[in-house]
Amino acid sequence: MVSSVTMRMSNQGAAEAASQGGSAADQGVGDAFSGVRPDKGVAVKASVENFSFYYGDFKALKSISMPVHEKRVTALIGPSGCGKSTLLRTFNRMHDLYPGNRYEGTIRLHPDNTNLLDPAVDPIEVRMRIGMVFQKPNPFPKSIYENVAYGLRIRGERNRSVIDDRVKEALRGAALWSEVEHRLHDPATALSGGQQQRLCIARCLATEPEVLLFDEPTSALDPIATASIEELVHELRDKVTILIVTHNMQQAARVSDYTAYMYLGELMEFGETNQIFVNPKRKETEDYITGRFG
Amino acid sequence: MRETNSGAAALMSQPPLTVSDRLARKALRNFKERVIELLLLGAASVSVLTTVGIIWVLVSESFNFFSNVSIWSFLTDTMWTPLFAEPRYGILPLLAGTLTTSMVALVVAIPLGTTIAIYLSEFARPAVREVVKPFLELLGGIPTIVYGYFALMVVIPLLQLLIPDLSGFNMLGAGIVMGIAIIPYVSSLAEDAMRAVPMSMREGSYAMGATKLQTAFRVIFPAALSGILSAYILGISRAVGETMIVAVAAGMQPNFTVNPLEPAQTISAYIVQVALGDLPHGSIGYQSIFAAGLSLMLMTLALNLVGHVVRRRFREAY
Repeated sequence: MVSSVTMRMSNQGAAEAASQGGSAADQGVGDAFSGVRPDKGVAVKASVENFSFYYGDFKALKSISMPVHEKRVTALIGPSGCGKSTLLRTFNRMHDLYPGNRYEGTIRLHPDNTNLLDPAVDPIEVRMRIGMVFQKPNPFPKSIYENVAYGLRIRGERNRSVIDDRVKEALRGAALWSEVEHRLHDPATALSGGQQQRLCIARCLATEPEVLLFDEPTSALDPIATASIEELVHELRDKVTILIVTHNMQQAARVSDYTAYMYLGELMEFGETNQIFVNPKRKETEDYITGRFG
Repeated sequence: MRETNSGAAALMSQPPLTVSDRLARKALRNFKERVIELLLLGAASVSVLTTVGIIWVLVSESFNFFSNVSIWSFLTDTMWTPLFAEPRYGILPLLAGTLTTSMVALVVAIPLGTTIAIYLSEFARPAVREVVKPFLELLGGIPTIVYGYFALMVVIPLLQLLIPDLSGFNMLGAGIVMGIAIIPYVSSLAEDAMRAVPMSMREGSYAMGATKLQTAFRVIFPAALSGILSAYILGISRAVGETMIVAVAAGMQPNFTVNPLEPAQTISAYIVQVALGDLPHGSIGYQSIFAAGLSLMLMTLALNLVGHVVRRRFREAY
């Protein structure tokens, strides 16, 4: 317990040190924090209803209900093992890859009200609509260009100029274009960690997903790369609905419009990020956010 | 290390040890460690010394051979007739036999081995894998002499149904069976390479909406390419050096041809023939097996070097 608290403190220290550096990227992040004021009546992109999840006999998530607002950033926070990644990975049916997992309840994707968890719904269809960026950058062992083109190719796109345009657009969208413009055919593994993570974001953007899932996207990155990913998340908010799992509460505060605090598989509190961080309704949330508990 | 030492010291230290006691213990420990180290070194040098010894015998005996037969004629003559009154020693017919049977074997083993590897690594349910893998290992454990007779008694008669005037000994039948015999080597190494690709790579591909097939062929296969190519090269080495199957089923007549329908002799099969006692010890014909063996060893050495380069060239850092 003690060590996890000190770890969080040092994260905080690092993040502050980065923001005091005063680079352009950090300015953007600062703006993000003050600029997030979710307007009332935002459309709901997905709704989680009475959702429970089992790893074998273990009930990892207990009857969770929450909305995911369209073109907003929703952060999932909570101590390790609270089930936030489990919830995130449900949205693109990642759990289907492993035996012994069971879903209960529904997650509806709007406007067509598809129940993502319906066994009749093909998980491949779900994953074509919902992109995911992982904790550790996982570019494929291909060129930068082919990484971004991957989603298009598996969707059967063959038109060379269409692929060229979409790759360029996606790399621009992921703020990577200027860095890789002249070496599109170099192996993706030659990029730095932060660039690899932006490449993974570009890979998703190329197929224009409706929702983007981020599973602790900066936990393997240094503070500068973290700042650029955070800025990117904030920019992407205009185009796509975003769900982000993070261990770093400052990050949740900086990038998200809504925050869900989870503990031991339960959703303790959901609300606008400002409200959760400034005026949490529950004592447990406040304790976690202020670092008294974790 | 330090833990156990201090623990042992604590046990021993009822009467506290003097400095000289400790030093004595240390000297004893150093001696024991030195002895053990020497034993380990001895074990390791067995393989090195064996290799050096084999190379020395091959090279020195070949030297005697090449003082009677010029290297040029050895490499260019198209006849290998050591039993004739006027013997000729051209390695080309044996080389052609070796390469042709190996090629047939690879045409069988590489596609089948790769397919099996992809299936076991990416598609098979664990229960299926548990059944299939032991069978593959069994296939790898069958003595090659058994494979040789399998080729002679089963495969070649079957081939003769398809190709009526096929000879009773031929490189096609021997090569096909040799291919079957090396499938386990290719498939198990290729499967290991694919299973070593981290799960995060698969998740990344599936998260993009890829199917299993797309993930296997577009992500996993390229990611494991270096290991898969190594598996192929090991397969080639085994095919080139394989002896009993070709000795039994490919015929024993040196034949300068690359037509797999004909009988022919490989380098290894020729060495077996001499070992059966057809040539008097010490004769030039007898010495020729060392030149043949040296050629074979140089081929496998070259393949190992190629494999080494390929592994480095195609290695993916993930």
